[in-house]
Amino acid sequence: MNHNIYIYILITVGVTYLIRVIPMTVLRREIKSQFLKSFLYYVPYITLAVMTFPAIIHSTQSIWSGIAALVVGIAVAWFTSNLFWVAGSACVVVFILELILI
Amino acid sequence: MSKDSPLNQLGISNRQKFVEGMKTGIPIALGYFAVSLSLGIHAKAAGLSAFQASLTSFFMLASAGEYATFSLIAESAGYVAIAVMVLIANARYFLMSCAFSQRISKETSLAKRILLSFYLTDEMFGASISQPGYVNPFFCFGIMALAQPAWTIGTGVGVVLGNALPAGIVSALSVSLYGMFLAVIIPAGKKNKIILGLVTVSMLASYLCTVIPYIKEVSSGIITIILTLLISSIAALLFPVKEETSK
Repeated sequence: MNHNIYIYILITVGVTYLIRVIPMTVLRREIKSQFLKSFLYYVPYITLAVMTFPAIIHSTQSIWSGIAALVVGIAVAWFTSNLFWVAGSACVVVFILELILI
Repeated sequence: MSKDSPLNQLGISNRQKFVEGMKTGIPIALGYFAVSLSLGIHAKAAGLSAFQASLTSFFMLASAGEYATFSLIAESAGYVAIAVMVLIANARYFLMSCAFSQRISKETSLAKRILLSFYLTDEMFGASISQPGYVNPFFCFGIMALAQPAWTIGTGVGVVLGNALPAGIVSALSVSLYGMFLAVIIPAGKKNKIILGLVTVSMLASYLCTVIPYIKEVSSGIITIILTLLISSIAALLFPVKEETSK
């Protein structure tokens, strides 16, 4: 089958936008349910944690550099929430370690 | 991060909030540039031009979703398959959007809600929910005024540089995405021990899902959704959030 890349883009962008816009425009009242409130409060942290590990250790050329990136990333994030330093330090550790390992 | 009063909606002008958002957006934009560079390399491998990849980035603003998109384009998957995959990869934004709708003033206009939805990324969400009280939409717009161009341009540059980059650089850049996630969850865990515990449990559960027979065959997008729904539900039952501690 011959697929058009622009149709692909249109579909994926459209689906993504609908996911984001529906709750924001429909949910105009405050949610009263304690359960739902708590559930929504925890969602982002849990989903990002699930996506981070173990994916991070398989994203690099060596599992060891991936593990080092995780440890350094957590350590730096503990002291600063500055995205640039956290992401940057993880990248630098991987780069240096792989110079030695590979 | 912000030190202003909970009444930011009334006390501080939208312009000031926009500038404050831009300041918050600088590290986000730098991180986005590094991550989108590696996405661009992936897009090039899938056969997209720099324009096509940047176009996707400009409008989608979603790392996992774009990664899935480019992977499936590379396989020249069917239109329905790619729609379902992106739905799964980006489903967390549905939950985030629900959560975010509770953090903006009920008076927020439809136009602002539509634009805020467009800009709802993990990092914009993470930076905004750490604001006290209702989030001023202009704070979010300030963040994205820098972050969106960085994300778009980075993707294009990734396509252009593509194979010219040494494998070591590409490998190093690929962890920037996860560094971005850690920058949201770890500081939150430091402040709130329940979140720290949940983050640990989530990572362990996610790891187990990649080693347990049968379960490890399931796609990571589906695992992400199932684990998020499951762990968040259990957490909400065990540790209901009391009114002000959630702020």
